[in-house]
Amino acid sequence: MSTELRELYQQVILDHNKSPRNFKKLEDANLFAEGFNPLCGDHFDIYVKLEDNIIKDVSFMGQGCAISKSSASIMTSIVKGKTLEEAETLFQKFHELVTGQIKAADVEEMGKLAVFEGVQDFPARVKCASLAWHTLHSALKEENAKVTTE
Amino acid sequence: MTTTKENIVSVFNVEEVRKDFPILSKKVYGKPLVYLDNAATSQKPQSVIDTIDRYYTELNSNIHRGVHFLSQAATNEYENSRVKIKNFINAVSHKEIIFVRGATEGVNLVANSYGRKNIKEGDEIIISTMEHHSNIVPWQMLCEEKNAKLRVIPINDDGEIIIDEFKKLINEKTKFISVVHISNSLGTVNPVKEIIEIAHSHNIPILIDGAQAIHHVKVDVQELDCDFYVFSGHKIYGPTGIGVLYGKEKLLEEMPPFMGGGDMIASVTFEKTTYNELPYKFEAGTPNIEGTIGLGAAIDYFSSIGIDKISAYEKELLVYATEKLKTINGLTIIGNAKNKSGVLSFVLDGVHPHDIGTILDYEGVAVRTGHHCTQPVMKRYNIPATARASFAFYNTKEEIDILEKAIYKVIEVFK
Repeated sequence: MSTELRELYQQVILDHNKSPRNFKKLEDANLFAEGFNPLCGDHFDIYVKLEDNIIKDVSFMGQGCAISKSSASIMTSIVKGKTLEEAETLFQKFHELVTGQIKAADVEEMGKLAVFEGVQDFPARVKCASLAWHTLHSALKEENAKVTTE
Repeated sequence: MTTTKENIVSVFNVEEVRKDFPILSKKVYGKPLVYLDNAATSQKPQSVIDTIDRYYTELNSNIHRGVHFLSQAATNEYENSRVKIKNFINAVSHKEIIFVRGATEGVNLVANSYGRKNIKEGDEIIISTMEHHSNIVPWQMLCEEKNAKLRVIPINDDGEIIIDEFKKLINEKTKFISVVHISNSLGTVNPVKEIIEIAHSHNIPILIDGAQAIHHVKVDVQELDCDFYVFSGHKIYGPTGIGVLYGKEKLLEEMPPFMGGGDMIASVTFEKTTYNELPYKFEAGTPNIEGTIGLGAAIDYFSSIGIDKISAYEKELLVYATEKLKTINGLTIIGNAKNKSGVLSFVLDGVHPHDIGTILDYEGVAVRTGHHCTQPVMKRYNIPATARASFAFYNTKEEIDILEKAIYKVIEVFK
């Protein structure tokens, strides 16, 4: 397999694709958004329980490719316990990461999210990686709207 | 395998035709390009490329009404393409050949012109479950405007239209039927002759969407007796942005223009405009001249090989690919109609089609992944998307072997 492909389909990503974390409906969620990529049919619902500006719990449901699903899974693990502002900053950083605009020094600070660095070599897959993040962003803004990445 | 290969070679020399398509010798990621996305668009032979080049280097000018040499020469070539297409699909008259941007525009023209004139509140239009969005949305828009109803023929698990259900849908309110000839996501070849006969036995006009058929099977509009037939030039080895609407002359005569502008008029005053005769009534504005002439060259090229040879060879490719892919553990073929052409849609257990597409791409194999603009079909099979390999006569069994190996790589990554 080529280096680029191995970078894209890292073990962590494949693992989260196979057994996604927080893959359930959150019964006591107070924020919700639906994310949709009409081009490929990827579709995720994001549930958030926000209390005192802190993401107490977050989960997702839906279907998509390995990149979009693992991204949703890792995102939910990472933003749990973060404040609204911290989550928004991560969203911006994640966007920079997958579009290749991030500074090398910042990549290390991305922690588990750094596995998505390989996406920047696959422009067609950036939307897959960022779908869950756009949806979370919308849920946190209480837009409760349908989000599309097209 | 040697015997089968020899059989094909005896009727059709694929290595020879491959030389006509310069892009096929291209490499991607250092690997030979295996182009299996022909249902999206076909590659172009050198003769089409040369014709477009020659148009701009030797003929470029605006057609019709020009008194100068170039305009007349370009007009001749443009109209000559119309005659080539008329002969190719065996229309009665060149007046029945309307140049449009593609099959989509053809459907929209009929929905807007014939549809808006004839469809009234409470009327019904019938389409099938396996339509491309281009043969759903224009009718939906018309139904919304007119408060008419869209009825949909169901398909069976193999991806075939259920004819008995189609018959049941027809009633006195049915005013139009529009059905695809060959499904772009399932490969099903619909029994359009039978469907047209049923429509006509109730005096209902019918449009056939031939976008995926014109380059795979013989199309004779008189034999089919369809009222309208649409196709796109770029699927039959011609340029993009050019397509054809065939319509029976009598129907086209009665239809109002679709777009207004230059070329479609006989005379204009601020009080009244008289429309031009067929086919110009439907060709407002400066048309896609290079595309039309390029399409003429594509038809010439295609005809020089012959639809019978092409159909037979493509059938062998499809059978070969189906047999190969069927043996792959965890792979399911979507669309198993008895009569199929050109398209092999599949899903893999535990692997999203997008991931299949990305990994195949790195092996040089170009396939399409997604819903193929047929979301209702995906819904019918309860899948989000498929990976689709689609074949042209320049594809080889060796390329299908590469596809097979690449699918095993996908499985390896996701095991």
